[in-house]
Formats: sequence, C-alpha cells, structure tokens
Amino acid sequence: MTGWRLKLVFFVGLLLLWEALVRLQLWPSYVFPSPLAVGRSLVAGIANGFIPLAVLTSLRRILLAYALSLLIGIPLGLLLGRTRLLQETLGTLVLGLQALPSICWLPLALLWFGLSETAIGFVVVMGAVLSITVSTADGVRNTPPLYLRAARTMGARGWRLYTGVILPSALPAILSGMKLGWSFAWRSLMAAELLYVSLGLGQVLTLGRELNDMARVLAVMLVIVAIGLLTDFAFFRPAERRVRQRWGLHGNT
Amino acid sequence: MTTAPPASPWKLDLRGVCKTFRASHGEFRALQDLDFHAAAGEFVCLLGPSGCGKTTALNIIAGLEQADRGDVLIDGRPVAGPGPDRVVIFQEAALFPWLTVRDNVAFGLAAHGMPRAKRHRLAEAQLEMVNLGDFAAASVHELSGGMKQRVALARALALNPEILLMDEPFAALDALAREALHLELQTLWSATGKTIVFVTHNVREALVLGDRVLVLSASPGRIKSEFRCDLPRPRSMESHSLVDMAQAILSDLRSEVQAAQEDVRRDRLAP
Repeated sequence: MTGWRLKLVFFVGLLLLWEALVRLQLWPSYVFPSPLAVGRSLVAGIANGFIPLAVLTSLRRILLAYALSLLIGIPLGLLLGRTRLLQETLGTLVLGLQALPSICWLPLALLWFGLSETAIGFVVVMGAVLSITVSTADGVRNTPPLYLRAARTMGARGWRLYTGVILPSALPAILSGMKLGWSFAWRSLMAAELLYVSLGLGQVLTLGRELNDMARVLAVMLVIVAIGLLTDFAFFRPAERRVRQRWGLHGNT
Repeated sequence: MTTAPPASPWKLDLRGVCKTFRASHGEFRALQDLDFHAAAGEFVCLLGPSGCGKTTALNIIAGLEQADRGDVLIDGRPVAGPGPDRVVIFQEAALFPWLTVRDNVAFGLAAHGMPRAKRHRLAEAQLEMVNLGDFAAASVHELSGGMKQRVALARALALNPEILLMDEPFAALDALAREALHLELQTLWSATGKTIVFVTHNVREALVLGDRVLVLSASPGRIKSEFRCDLPRPRSMESHSLVDMAQAILSDLRSEVQAAQEDVRRDRLAP
C-alpha cells in the first residue's frame, strides 16, 4: 500500500478504535465524547457561525502579528548576520530570549497594553520574531565565501552584493525561519487566547471546558490542526520545494 | 607603498610582493619577494606544489587580498582592490544556484548597471562562444562540472576583462572534460587576446596552455625558474615534445617538493 491509501486506512482504523472505546462506556460521554458527537458539534459550530467567527478572529490576529514579525525579524537578522558587533551583543540577547516561551510575556504585555489586541499581538510577535531573526542571521553568515569572492571579483559591492548574493544565498535559511516562526506564532496565539478571554479559537476552547462540552473542545482542536496543516501545505511546502529545486538541493521533499 | 612605483612596460607587473599569514602555530610566509610580469596578451602559467602560495599570488593580483610589501601594477598603475578588469575563475565554478545559466553570465554586467535586455543578449552571445548556447535557461545544478566551468569562463569573459586570473579551474574535472576545455581555452585566448595568469600544479597542463611557465618554490613562494614554451598551438597533453619538456620541469619541481618536505621535518623536530 502506498502513500495516501496507507494513511487513509490508518486514520479510519483510528476512528473505529475511538468509536469502539466510546461504546465500551468506560468513561462518561462528557469526558470522552464519540467521534460522531465531535463531528456533529463541528457542523453545528460552523452552521451557527461561532467557529467561522473564531477562526477569522484568530487568523486576523496571527496574520497581523506574523507580518510584523517578518518586517522586524528579517531585516534584524540581515543586520546581525553581517555585523560582528551586533552579533556579539544583540545576537546574544536574541539567543537568550529564544529560550523563553513567549507566553511568559503575557503578564508584562497585560500590564503594558491592558486587556487589548495589542497585548495578544505582542506575545505572538515575541514568539515568532526571534526564530525568524536567528535563522536569517545564520543564513547570512553561512553565505559561502566563494560566492562573495566571485561576486567581488566581478565588481559587485555594497547594496548589489547584498541583494544579489547574500540575500538569495540565505533564502533557504530565511524560509525555514519563516516556517518555524509561523508555528511559534500559532502556538503563542492559542496560549494567549486560552489564558486571556477574548473571542478567537483559544477562547472557544476555554468556553467548552467551562460548559463541560468536550465534543466542542475536540471539534475546535480539529479546526486548529486543520489550519496548521493547511498553511503548511498551501504555502510553506510549495515555497520550500521551489527553492530546493532551484538551488539544486535534493533530498527529503 | 611609500614611494611611487617606477613605470612598467608590462600589462601585469609584480615587484617584491611579500605576504605573511598569521596562523595558530605562528607565522606562515606565503610569498617572499615574488617578482614576475606578463606582457599584454601573454599566457603565463604559475606552476608549483600545493601550498606554495600560487593562490595567494592570484588573490593579490585580483585585489581580494593585500600584499604586505611590494607592488602589483596593471599597466603601471597599482591595484587598489577587486575590479572587473581582472576577473578570477576559481577551482569550483562558484556559479549562483538561484540564477539561470543566462543570469549567471549576466551577473557582472548587472552589477555594472547594464539594462536587462542588453545584458541578456551579451550573455547569450558569450554562451555561444563556449558552446553552451542551448543552456541559457537551464539551472546550474543541471550542468556537469565541465559545463559549469565553461559557464564560469563565459561569465568572466562577458565583463570583457583585460586579465583573466585562473586558479586551477580544471583540477576537479575528468581527463576528457579537461582536454576539451584546454582546447577551448586556447581558442578563446587566441580569439580575444586576453592576458591570462593560470595557476596549476599540473606540469603538462601548464605546458599545454602557457607561453611561459613560472615554477614557484614552496614556503615562502618565489619564482624559482622559468620555462618558455614555443610549441605550435593548439597543443595536446600527449605530444612527445611536450612530454619531454614536462620531464625536465618535473625533475626541477621534485627537488622543490623534497625541500618542502625537509622543511616540514625540520619544523617537527625542532618546533
């Protein structure tokens, strides 16, 4: 059996196992709902509009914060990768901050920005921007010296050297930083929304817990997984494949 | 350079060039009073064992590195940095994988602000000259090693440099590809009249290509002996007269390699 068929069999089997466990009635249904109940809750949630609303709210937040993270992270990484002084100082700080889960910024963010969109945005940016910066700086620093020498001997320097050689050479690293940044942003957003009530998918999860509606919780979790997979398949994978093809990097794609 | 260098009749003139590198175990004298020159349109080969400073000499001419002492003159003017009048071709082709073959050849032209249509036309003409006209739109990773070096050659020639600096460009190729490129390079050289400085450790390669072969001594590098090669072109690596000449140079070189090994032994015994 190949590829998608193997996957199909595996997941259908998993659903059947789930249903069988529910039928055994080991746990009450509000603790361990059946796949059918989750499906029903999902359809109902989409039909009455609260899931689409939550999805839109969360997506708007993440897109805004992610765009901001790219705007800060990539230029900062480009700067760090080429400037030894900045690398030694600011670069060390960035590396240190990366060890901090971004949700730890929430108390400070609430204090600084109040119960606002800005507070959530801040947490998400702090989650995404560091990994984008670090990957970009690594990519810039790993520009093969031979490329630089070849470009310089052909008379490229300054801005031309940067945009013509260093940036494209760092592109695979920048892309993997963007991918990592997106997944950090998504995690940070969910954590922030769970802790701090305010529309969005995270809040629907909290609401489900408070109402003892585990079918709804699981339905929303499925939606979160779907969004994560969708962005990966719709954007990051095609982009990575194109870069790998062009750069002649063959391997596990 | 404290005093103005005297006028030079040569296209390329190196006078008393010294270069020392600081390594972890102390200082390494790469070049010591290196003197040589090349007339306009001359094909000069620098021949020497690995680590004799050939590449350093080439980098200094290219302006990628600076000499500690001595003068490097192009048409009598000192070199002040890298410039498109002296393009280097490296052992690895150093093509940019994110560009098509055509855009690679056009890279240097773009760096000098030539409009897109014009530089593409020029790049395609250069690719025709190295027999890769059909590969303009190809990706770099689709090419063989020999084809990559031909693209690198086209990329250098597109800038119309006066001097080509070649750093063992064919060392990583198989024998057949290398032979084809030897022929092609001789043809291109006769057609364009470039001054070429070609670095190699292969005696017969030096004799196939060069008007003059300069043998470098090892650490510190300086010119040890000079051979003129007047065999008719195009030359082949297999011709008898060339193989005979190679023997003479080889025995000269062998004593040099021995001397270098003695040096290493002495260093080990008395650190």
